[in-house]
Amino acid sequence: MKLSELKFNQIATVQAVHGEELSLKLFEMGLLPGEEVELENIAPFGDPIAIRVGEYKMCLRLSDANCIDINVK
Amino acid sequence: MKQEITVALAGNPNSGKTSLFNALTGLNHKVSNFPGTTVEKKIGYSKLNAETRAQIIDLPGTYSLYPKSADELVTYDILRNKAETNFPDLVLFIADASNLKRNLLLLTQVADLGVPVILALNMVDLAERKGVFYELDILAKELGIPVVSINARNKEGISKIKNLLLDESKHKKVTYFNINQVDQNLLNEIGEITDKKNPYAALQYAINACVYLNNKAKQINAAFEKYNFNPKQFQELEILQRYKVIDEAVRLSRRQKTNHVIKNITQKADVILTHRIWGLVIFLSLLFLVFQAIFSWSAYPMDLVEMGFAWLSETIEKSLPDGVLNDLLVHGVVAGLSGVIIFLPQIIILFAFIAVLEDVGYMARVGFIMDRIMRPFGMNGKSIVPLISGMACAVPSIMASRSIENKKERLITILVTPLMSCSARLPVYTLLIGMLVPETAKWGPFNVHGVVLMAMYLLGFIAALASAAVFKLFVHTKGSAYFIMELPGYKLPVWNNLLITLYEKGSAFVVGAGKIIVAVSVILWAFASFGPRGNMRAIDQKYATLAMSADATVTSEELAAQKSAERLQASYAGEFGKWIEPAIKPLGFDWKMGIALLTSLAAREVFVGTMSTIYSVGGGAEGDDLNTIKQKMMAEKNEKGEPLYSIATILSLMVFYAFAMQCMSTLSIVKAETKSWKWPIVQFVYMTALAYVSSLIVFNIFS
Repeated sequence: MKLSELKFNQIATVQAVHGEELSLKLFEMGLLPGEEVELENIAPFGDPIAIRVGEYKMCLRLSDANCIDINVK
Repeated sequence: MKQEITVALAGNPNSGKTSLFNALTGLNHKVSNFPGTTVEKKIGYSKLNAETRAQIIDLPGTYSLYPKSADELVTYDILRNKAETNFPDLVLFIADASNLKRNLLLLTQVADLGVPVILALNMVDLAERKGVFYELDILAKELGIPVVSINARNKEGISKIKNLLLDESKHKKVTYFNINQVDQNLLNEIGEITDKKNPYAALQYAINACVYLNNKAKQINAAFEKYNFNPKQFQELEILQRYKVIDEAVRLSRRQKTNHVIKNITQKADVILTHRIWGLVIFLSLLFLVFQAIFSWSAYPMDLVEMGFAWLSETIEKSLPDGVLNDLLVHGVVAGLSGVIIFLPQIIILFAFIAVLEDVGYMARVGFIMDRIMRPFGMNGKSIVPLISGMACAVPSIMASRSIENKKERLITILVTPLMSCSARLPVYTLLIGMLVPETAKWGPFNVHGVVLMAMYLLGFIAALASAAVFKLFVHTKGSAYFIMELPGYKLPVWNNLLITLYEKGSAFVVGAGKIIVAVSVILWAFASFGPRGNMRAIDQKYATLAMSADATVTSEELAAQKSAERLQASYAGEFGKWIEPAIKPLGFDWKMGIALLTSLAAREVFVGTMSTIYSVGGGAEGDDLNTIKQKMMAEKNEKGEPLYSIATILSLMVFYAFAMQCMSTLSIVKAETKSWKWPIVQFVYMTALAYVSSLIVFNIFS
């Protein structure tokens, strides 16, 4: 499943991130394989989304969330 | 121990770095630029004991030493070059305990450059609220560096930090990443090319050099190819390995009290603040509140400033003998300065709102809400911070655009930010709106001035979006566009930080704008007071004869006023205004406004100062306060005997000031940030053309 498909109240773990530039940035921001993610908010126009990554909150666009494979717990 | 040690303060964004810097240095700091750049350098001093003080360099907050954006590059630049005078003796690293893992990534990279590091664990209380505790001695042992817990907001733990900074025996160099897994021959070659002894620092410099620094890029790329080294893959590997070390240290020192995750205040607030209807409603209401506040709260302090200047002007006029110096000071310098300093209260209120919104964490939410709207215009959610701060001043806002990783989005943001109505336009709008509607006018509970002002700001915002959409078609740069941003937890503002920020911005405005305005006022006064010899003498003679033969119907004051008006027209400034008049006549402007347009090229707020000076020199009456300028301007008649400042002319002027590029400081910062003359020139031409055409249309519609 992709991170862009995650629904509220679902907790998932990151499997893989596709794209060299994107994965570097996300790894640095602590979003790496094995980390726990949870959907927290959706922006007024449906995009971007805010997620909990480990212990903090960040936001990203749906197009980028679509490059992240996850496993729902 | 030496007398002064140099300490670099590093950490992630939102880790409390500014609070710690202020707690350590107070007002004992200065803001300057790094040599050769426009990057703001904050250096402060902290007394450690009787003999020693620490020079503390505040580095921009960053997530990693592989810079993704221009502001991160600064941090990297200081830490990479040991030959630099600012190279620190040690790094004081501040980390957010409620999000420790991600914070420690940068710490391990910094340590591997070969600088001793000490760790200050901040926001321990926040972590505790989540049920998380850290055993500091275990964490210190695992990381191999000293660790102290602090609370930067309440200035707790500052003396512990000072003791650590003094205790040289505890300053340890540690490494976290094993560089020996990279081909030794490659490391040797890279070491030679980059002239660095530390192999990790050399390799890291080489990787960044290919992306940002350009020099030696060819040699480095050749070496990478020769040894079949993929820098991107290496970085990924490096980060993952660092996280392994960090995970272990965190796992061993971390104690979790409760297992269930409590939905914290931040999440509860975000459900409303980023809601698809309430989120937008709250954002717009906040903006509206700001404009109401600018007008209603500033009335009293503005009166005080006005009274102060009236007193000053009178005192100078009385205490100095009549003559050129007296005239210059009263009608040149004081008139020009008072016209602008009076707006300091409004500017401070605007800066205060922006600083508080930023400090509590709301500004990041605005970026989150607005990203989807900004995207079709070639910008992203991070562009909203420069655009909103652009309402205070374009110069720091253009610097704030550094956080935008994508070059195209950043460039477009830089190009359109000056269309946002900045505080320098406030004096102009205030004066002109005051001529349109009476001050006391209300629409229900709302001050009409505030409403019209907000409309002007909206106009600027719409123009910025529209121009961005056009630039999107023409600007081409490479680089991937992503919008990944931390949404920090909501916090109460730290009032001490706010006061320090306001003090810095306020004094920068007074000193910066003051210098230009005094210079412009003096020059303008000279050009308005002197003219081609023959002309001036003819006027003097004409009035001398008139005064002799004066009859009782004309008072000597009226005569003096007429004389000054004619002298102004004959002066150099008058000649210039007359020369430019044909070009601006279609917009409804006369030659006096032409003079103001010229002087506004230095800075927009000079308009009011110029009008004060022109009408003060030209009018001869006393009192330079805004009301009398306004009254004098409103009393002006055109050759047909109608009021010169008709609704059409006033609106045309307002639109012109909303769009025209009249700010030297902005152009110079754009030059510095884009590193080329091309973009400031493009900006000047497109904004001025937009202003001219729009004013032309507005004037013709309303007249």
